Amino acid sequence: MSFPGHQDAGRLPAAFTATGSSSFTEFVGAHAPHLLPSRRPLPPGGALEAPHGTTIVALTFDGGVVMAGDRRATMGNLIANRDMEKVYGADDYSAVGIAGTAGIAIELVKLFQVELEHYEKIEGALLSLEGKANRLATMIRSNLGLAMQGLAVVPLFAGFDLDTTVGRIFSYDVTGGCYEEHDHHSVGSGSLFARGALKKLWRPGMASADAVSIAVEALYDAADDDSATGGPDLGRRIWPTVAVIDTDGLRFLDDDALAGVVEQIVAGRRGNPGGAR
Amino acid sequence: MTMPFYVSPEQLMKDRADYARKGIARGRSVVVLGYDGGIAFVAENPSRALHKVSEIYDRIAFAAVGKYNEFENLRVAGVRYADLRGYSYDRGDVTARGLANAYAQTLGTVFTQESKPYEVEIVVAEVGTDADSDQIYRLTYDGSVADEHGFVAMGGTAEPIVAGLQERWQPGMTLSAALRLAVELLAQDPSGGAPRTLGANQLEVAVIDRNRPRRTFRRVTGPLLEALLSSEDPTTGVPAEDGPQG
Repeated sequence: MSFPGHQDAGRLPAAFTATGSSSFTEFVGAHAPHLLPSRRPLPPGGALEAPHGTTIVALTFDGGVVMAGDRRATMGNLIANRDMEKVYGADDYSAVGIAGTAGIAIELVKLFQVELEHYEKIEGALLSLEGKANRLATMIRSNLGLAMQGLAVVPLFAGFDLDTTVGRIFSYDVTGGCYEEHDHHSVGSGSLFARGALKKLWRPGMASADAVSIAVEALYDAADDDSATGGPDLGRRIWPTVAVIDTDGLRFLDDDALAGVVEQIVAGRRGNPGGAR
Repeated sequence: MTMPFYVSPEQLMKDRADYARKGIARGRSVVVLGYDGGIAFVAENPSRALHKVSEIYDRIAFAAVGKYNEFENLRVAGVRYADLRGYSYDRGDVTARGLANAYAQTLGTVFTQESKPYEVEIVVAEVGTDADSDQIYRLTYDGSVADEHGFVAMGGTAEPIVAGLQERWQPGMTLSAALRLAVELLAQDPSGGAPRTLGANQLEVAVIDRNRPRRTFRRVTGPLLEALLSSEDPTTGVPAEDGPQG
């Protein structure tokens, strides 16, 4: 690899052996800043048009949290991608969903994943859930320059708190403000509609299966009224991405499990377009 | 003006090597050995927090003997190297061979150019899709690299352990059999006395398990380690899935 400061042929550069923090972002920022999305110089001029990701929902259930996202990416009035993933595992006990400029968001998620794993390997311990949420806030904050140019990223973070054994949800604003949400939340262009559905359907003490079907229901409502949010695509069999996080850690539901949930909701709406209530 | 004494390069290198070897010989040994499902690391280490064996990347692990602050420094550098490489290229582009080369260059430069050599000996191992594609590299204080097959023992009293492994290690052993062999060899007294007894709480054991997806590194502790070390218990390997974590 050739990186700045790489003088002794083959020898690990001094930055690698320097005593430093256990943050990967700080290490990369000092050693190879061109690899960070927030450190790249921006061309002058107006906003770029780039694919956008849209609706993410998250809701808690008894002993965990579910996060789900639709699969559509739009660029202006076009559908840029039909099967994009917007919900990612951040580590074994948390997930991050992204709304906003897809390219920057995916890069940010990748960096966040490495950040958490790097900390875990260096320190030999997991970060607390608040620690993870705050690391993500720092990364969003450093993206403000890009956000001002129209390349904004607004994530939704959810995880299982190993100390209190409950699922928790954190939302962000474009300046890096981090807010803990209670019970449920949604981000993205269809979030207004999804949030209404979540508010009406969420109940305390639900099982994870109920939470999964409410998440899919809320995404259906978002897709119903927001052109940038994709509904379930029965023809191509493209279902929303659904992550469940509980005491056993994070897992994504597979297509077969989701097909049943989605088909039931679609069938339930036949002749009843308002859906569950 | 003081005149520097002349020291021949041979003498200088010999002195440095002797110095490093003495430092390494003070510590307890680490055994790295292949088993049917991956590569196991066994160290005598009563500390729960200061590790001799660590995860570097998805399929790569690190084990070391010698001076803690020096090998810890190399471990952190290795994690940074691997994470940076995986982040800027792809996770599949991080290899034990690349890491071993970087370590070898670093150890070699320190050995010849700095005021004192690192008193460390390290192993970088990568688990492959089958036992033939496993890689185990052993690096010494002067930057020499050896590509080992099947097993390595390093540390102060490594010779009798290596002799025991040569005689008794076989490819395709179960994890339980491999661990019991390693612990028995670690417990023997090099001066010929009665062997010590090493319990699960005096050992640091980890595996890189070829059957796990993505991050294959896993520490083996507590009841699972006791079950694997016991000759009566039928447990022979690590479970494929982690149970609920407390």
